[in-house]
Amino acid sequence: MNFSEPDPMVPQPYKVRQIWQETHDTFSLDLEPKGPSLHSEFAPGQFNMLYAFGVGEVPISISACSKNGDGWIHTIRDVGTVTHALHQLREGDTIGLRGPFGSAWPIDESKGSDVVIMAGGIGLAPLRPALYALMESRKNFGDIALLYGARKPEDLLYTDEFESWRGKYGVQVRVTVDNADRTWSGNVGVVTTMIPRVNFDPLQTVAMICGPEIMMRYAVLELRQNGVSEENIYVTMERNMKCAVGFCGHCQFGPAFICKDGPVFRYDRVKPLFSLREV
Amino acid sequence: MNAPVLIDTIGLGQLIKLLQKKGYQVMGPTVRDEAIVYDTLDSINDLPQGWTDEQEAGHYRIKKRDDNAYFGYVVGPHSWKKYLHPPRRRLWRAEQKDGEVDIIPESAESTRFAFLGVRSCELHAITIQDEVFIKGPHVDNDYRLRRENALIIAVNCTQSAPTCFCVSMNTGPKAESGYDLVLTEILENNIHHFLVQAGSEKGLELLGELDPRPAKESDISKAEKGIEQAAQQMSRSMKTDGIKELLFENLEHPRWDEVAERCLSCANCTMVCPTCFCSTVEDVTDITGDHAERWQRWDSCFTMDFSYLHGGSVRSSTKSRYRQWMTHKLASWIDQFGSSGCVGCGRCVTWCPVGIDITEEVRAIENAGSKTSTPSQGGKE
Amino acid sequence: MKSLQSIIETHPFFKGLDEPYLELVTGCASNVRFNAGEFIYRQDEEADTFYIIRQGKVSLEICQPGHEPMVLQTVSEGEILGWAWIVPPYHWKFDAQAVELTRTIAFDGKCLRNKCQEDHGLGYELLSRLLPVVGKTMDASRLQLMNVYGIKSSEGV
Repeated sequence: MNFSEPDPMVPQPYKVRQIWQETHDTFSLDLEPKGPSLHSEFAPGQFNMLYAFGVGEVPISISACSKNGDGWIHTIRDVGTVTHALHQLREGDTIGLRGPFGSAWPIDESKGSDVVIMAGGIGLAPLRPALYALMESRKNFGDIALLYGARKPEDLLYTDEFESWRGKYGVQVRVTVDNADRTWSGNVGVVTTMIPRVNFDPLQTVAMICGPEIMMRYAVLELRQNGVSEENIYVTMERNMKCAVGFCGHCQFGPAFICKDGPVFRYDRVKPLFSLREV
Repeated sequence: MNAPVLIDTIGLGQLIKLLQKKGYQVMGPTVRDEAIVYDTLDSINDLPQGWTDEQEAGHYRIKKRDDNAYFGYVVGPHSWKKYLHPPRRRLWRAEQKDGEVDIIPESAESTRFAFLGVRSCELHAITIQDEVFIKGPHVDNDYRLRRENALIIAVNCTQSAPTCFCVSMNTGPKAESGYDLVLTEILENNIHHFLVQAGSEKGLELLGELDPRPAKESDISKAEKGIEQAAQQMSRSMKTDGIKELLFENLEHPRWDEVAERCLSCANCTMVCPTCFCSTVEDVTDITGDHAERWQRWDSCFTMDFSYLHGGSVRSSTKSRYRQWMTHKLASWIDQFGSSGCVGCGRCVTWCPVGIDITEEVRAIENAGSKTSTPSQGGKE
Repeated sequence: MKSLQSIIETHPFFKGLDEPYLELVTGCASNVRFNAGEFIYRQDEEADTFYIIRQGKVSLEICQPGHEPMVLQTVSEGEILGWAWIVPPYHWKFDAQAVELTRTIAFDGKCLRNKCQEDHGLGYELLSRLLPVVGKTMDASRLQLMNVYGIKSSEGV
């Protein structure tokens, strides 16, 4: 048996360093490895499999590195039995973690280009590390825009960071919600309507999109209409996932395994299946 | 040094004993529940001597042969994947104590299997599963260990079933590689022996301990004739040229609706298929809640839950599930693992309760030509 | 100070419009600004104006009894406000309220209609600029209707 690499099917114990509420139904978990860290490196866009003891396992994108020390932050929406169990965790509790798995956002490939990031709902979580990476070497990129849509103002994630993204790094942050009451003074409308409102050179732009499939389909249409080429658009796909390493067959999307070939795909490579039903 | 040799039926019995003595658990064909299945062999007496199988789409019977052949059948409902990629396997256990969780990996399988009676199509199926579990970026260590420890004794087919189509898939009937030993049964005028050839060092070693006789040119030609006969008998075929493009271009073909009317979504085809590898996991706890386990078990893309996502199944119709299975097996498999996922063993044809024939389904789409035209041959006869 | 016509011709809605047509529409235009909180029009009022937005943000709202007003859409710089002025019976369907200080060019709806009636070429130009906006708004409404971000509890994992 090859002991140099741990069995990818066996979770490693991680400790909850911190858990906090992001919105009314969404929370973040900062997890640190118990014992020696096996891999602290990750690429923006990758995900971990989080195991709630006795309940089950769920794929969750890494939404940031831990603020202090080894480990990662995961932003999770409480929508099912496993995510609910994860929500019940307290600081110091142990959970199982496998990962990181999957493909990454094209950060290096975007050097010298403008970058348009489009996020819908919880889709901002896997894009946040991409944004961090862009901001970290800000001078390597042209205009950066973040177009972020959510259902309601109270569903918006990471709102306390927007000002620094705007001010310190010159990111054009445009936020919109599907509907709101009068207390909201921001934009109302779908996220695609934000595209004409930011500066970018469509011929030199890399677009990274994460959100519900329908939202991504419209976003791609709109970006292409604006002149962004299919080879420069990246989307994420989601399918049922069990093993995360290509053994279980669940996450197939045509020839691709979402877990190892995705979740980030260049649009032109998944285009033939993108709007086909029941694939 | 690796010339074909001859052993007789006594030699075959000795081979089984020898393997057992060397610590192998010998697995092979045996008659059980009115089928020829794979199970532990205690001795040569467990082999299905004098039995054969009768197969057609949706039809399987065993019946007596008029001779005493040991390997006078084709393939049954089992395949070797049940030993290399078991239907149910515990992945790990976890204990919870005072907020601490201890995860204990399952110790890797240490049984050394000797598979006796592996058909050429099955050798190919094993190679195909190796691609899935060993050759990718991640390795399934349990599979790898089982695989590395396994000794493979192939048996060439000297007859084929009407459901076979290995010739067109380039996977048989003659075993070309991937075995330690290969046997060809020769049974003529009460002379009963086996032409044996080694395919590995381990195989050569075994042969050396069996005291075989050298094979004559006539023995070799008799064996070849038997294999040739199996190829000649084969009536089914699948055209594989351009099959990937054909299926990808016809994902909206009306034939999928037609086959979905017959398909029961029962998952039989995926269970009997020697290459289907999909699995799921189950998390269980005991009544105290402090002891948890994760089990892996075979799953099928024909089940509704398989594609569950956010409150619904992505592939909720039978049509989409059949399409997923067939396009995966014959088309996207090529992109994923560099070969077709089909070895032409015909099990999915035989064990389909309504007799859906994968070769016929391919032909129906192929004959219709384009995705807009109606299939010229309806499936309902 | 920029002339009204030069402001109009640089607005995305009128971009590329031929000079003679520009002159025609400028004849119906005036500079109008709204303070934050000010209503630009109310539901059921006569739709007698077409606005292009130069700066600021306007919310389109609907209110039902017993509920807080609901914002359905916001329009801002570079966009337009309202097409009811060209569709009989020329009544607004929603309330429009300035969210912040908003500068617009307002066109007299009747004036524009008459000019379109007299010169179908201008009418075609205006309608072929309006229709994509109407279409996109409809697409957007359908998307909003789908509630794509909503996962009901117990539907997830």
